[in-house]
Amino acid sequence: MRRAEIITAGLMALLSIYLMFKSTELEIGYVRGEGPGGGFWPFWLSAGMLLSTIWIAINWVLRKSPPSQSTEKFLDSYGLRMLLLVGGGVTGLIAVSHILGFYGAILLFLIYYIRFLGRHSWPVTLSIAILTPVVTFLFFDIAMRIVLPKGYLEPLFLPLYDFFF
Amino acid sequence: MEILGHLTDGIFIALEPLNIVLMLAGVALGLFIGAMPGLGSVNGVAILLPATFLVPPTSAMIFLAAIYYGAMYGGAISSITLGIPGASTAVATTFDGRPMALKGRADLALVTAAVASFVGGTVANVMFTAFAPPLAHIALDFGDPEIFALMLLAFATFIGLGGDDIPKTLFSIFIGLVFATVGLDIMTGEPRLVFGDITGFMHGINFLVLAIGVYGIGEMLWTIDSTRGELTMTNAVLTFKGIIKAVRETAKSWKGITIGSFLGFFVGILPAAGATPGSLMAYGITKMVDKNPKSFGKGNINGVAAPEAANNSASTGAMLPMLTLGIPGSPTTAILLGGMVIWGLQPGPLLFTDQTEFVWGLIGSFYISNFFALAVNIAFIPLFVWMLRMPFTVLAPMIFVLSVVGGYAATQDMHDIWLMLIFGLGAYMLRKLDYPVAPAVLAIVLGPIAEPKLRQSLLFSSGDPMIFLERPISGPITVIAIILILLPLFKLIRDKLKRKPAAAS
Repeated sequence: MRRAEIITAGLMALLSIYLMFKSTELEIGYVRGEGPGGGFWPFWLSAGMLLSTIWIAINWVLRKSPPSQSTEKFLDSYGLRMLLLVGGGVTGLIAVSHILGFYGAILLFLIYYIRFLGRHSWPVTLSIAILTPVVTFLFFDIAMRIVLPKGYLEPLFLPLYDFFF
Repeated sequence: MEILGHLTDGIFIALEPLNIVLMLAGVALGLFIGAMPGLGSVNGVAILLPATFLVPPTSAMIFLAAIYYGAMYGGAISSITLGIPGASTAVATTFDGRPMALKGRADLALVTAAVASFVGGTVANVMFTAFAPPLAHIALDFGDPEIFALMLLAFATFIGLGGDDIPKTLFSIFIGLVFATVGLDIMTGEPRLVFGDITGFMHGINFLVLAIGVYGIGEMLWTIDSTRGELTMTNAVLTFKGIIKAVRETAKSWKGITIGSFLGFFVGILPAAGATPGSLMAYGITKMVDKNPKSFGKGNINGVAAPEAANNSASTGAMLPMLTLGIPGSPTTAILLGGMVIWGLQPGPLLFTDQTEFVWGLIGSFYISNFFALAVNIAFIPLFVWMLRMPFTVLAPMIFVLSVVGGYAATQDMHDIWLMLIFGLGAYMLRKLDYPVAPAVLAIVLGPIAEPKLRQSLLFSSGDPMIFLERPISGPITVIAIILILLPLFKLIRDKLKRKPAAAS
């Protein structure tokens, strides 16, 4: 945890510096007749971020904050496995959405999660995995008219649109 | 008496068939969300907000407020039967609720929690109705410097009263405000902070992308990690007769209910505080004034009543600054405020003059939802206890799916879904290191309102920041904000001074 604390503070400090630099693309000073320029607010906020990370680093050196005293691992083997399996699953869900659309991706994601991570029976898995995209489709595409991406499965939905509209 | 007229109109709006259905659905969903460990009102409201684009703003707001309300009731269910708070707002309820359940009095604890929530909500509703219109009236005179000073005060309360690590709280506020500036500069229209020239950043970062990322994806990861995927429950035996008997017994907890109801409301108004500290404080004070403080923690009925009355009261209290001043009193109301902006409403005192139907319909719905929540809660306690057995490995993937789909519905851009994932993973990591996430969400909602106010004020004063201190209303607010920001410093000095004589002796 102690190492993670300072690495995170360092990364966040780099982010702040980048944001400060990026803010200077616009006027960060006072423009006569127009008030503070467009870069003024984000520049000083990023500067505030940078100061906060320096303060966090000082607390780290003085061992003042709980994470800087902790000898626990930031991510133990359970945490890491969980992050890879669950976080990876969600990443997969979004990535596959580009190819198979949301509905195809949701079906696969739910089968992956409920059956393989949750170890539930096939009937439970399939009923949830099939029902969820159907309800989502009826709610978003039909009721709210918010068309979710369909990817290569687009042709399968054309008859459904003909039916509902 | 004008207020009573408005209130009657509002109640009639709330009683329209669509709104009744939405209130019932809202409180039932809220009860479930509140009861489920890992999900609280803020998660529910963030994830379900995109689903409300289907109905008019007034109905949408009534629905989301009902979820907020219901979640305050629901949190007690798992606090008592699982011993795990269903939401952070119900932490204090576990102290005495769990011992009561272990003694076989889960029914009494659950019913007391419901009745206390109802009384707390009702007291808060009456106070809300009395205070909101005059406060909005005063706020009508506020100019840009006053509004900016109020926002400063909102952030200052996080630093002075939030109780989290101060540099990390500051960091959270700043990063939220910076994210809010991405996109086109509101005043000049120039593109700003468009990272890597990715066009997706041109339309800015929608607050829902951050809120759903943090409260949907990040929170789920954190819950799975911290509970190690194991959530087991012990059963509560509930009979119809037992519930009826318990309703009579709740009269014994009047003291806790009274303290919780009043204290909760005022704590709820403070931006950083909200329902969680409100309920903890109510628990502490009830214990302090009780004749027998030692009985607390062992199943004292007042120890269940006080925090439950307080968290409901605080949730209504948090709505007061949101509706009258446009400053949210809690993370959940911050998301509601963001929702109002999406629906094209200008949050702030003008709502009370320009959008009377919206405001009073919402206030009317507070009263009706409160009744519904009590009825649904007491009638379906066994059902909610049964639903708590839903395995987390089914609930979690559904929340992920809802987050992704809801996030897409909000902006309809895949770029934002990826951004949401990054925010979710980032929030999970930062939360592990004790960074508070609520200030960032509040900041991304308030940022787009705060910045133009600051720039207009400084333009008005030709760049002199003293404008915030010199005006009669913004002056005192700014001073209070500065004191709150410096409060931790005072504490530090006091502790140092105390330690010195101790070391000398």
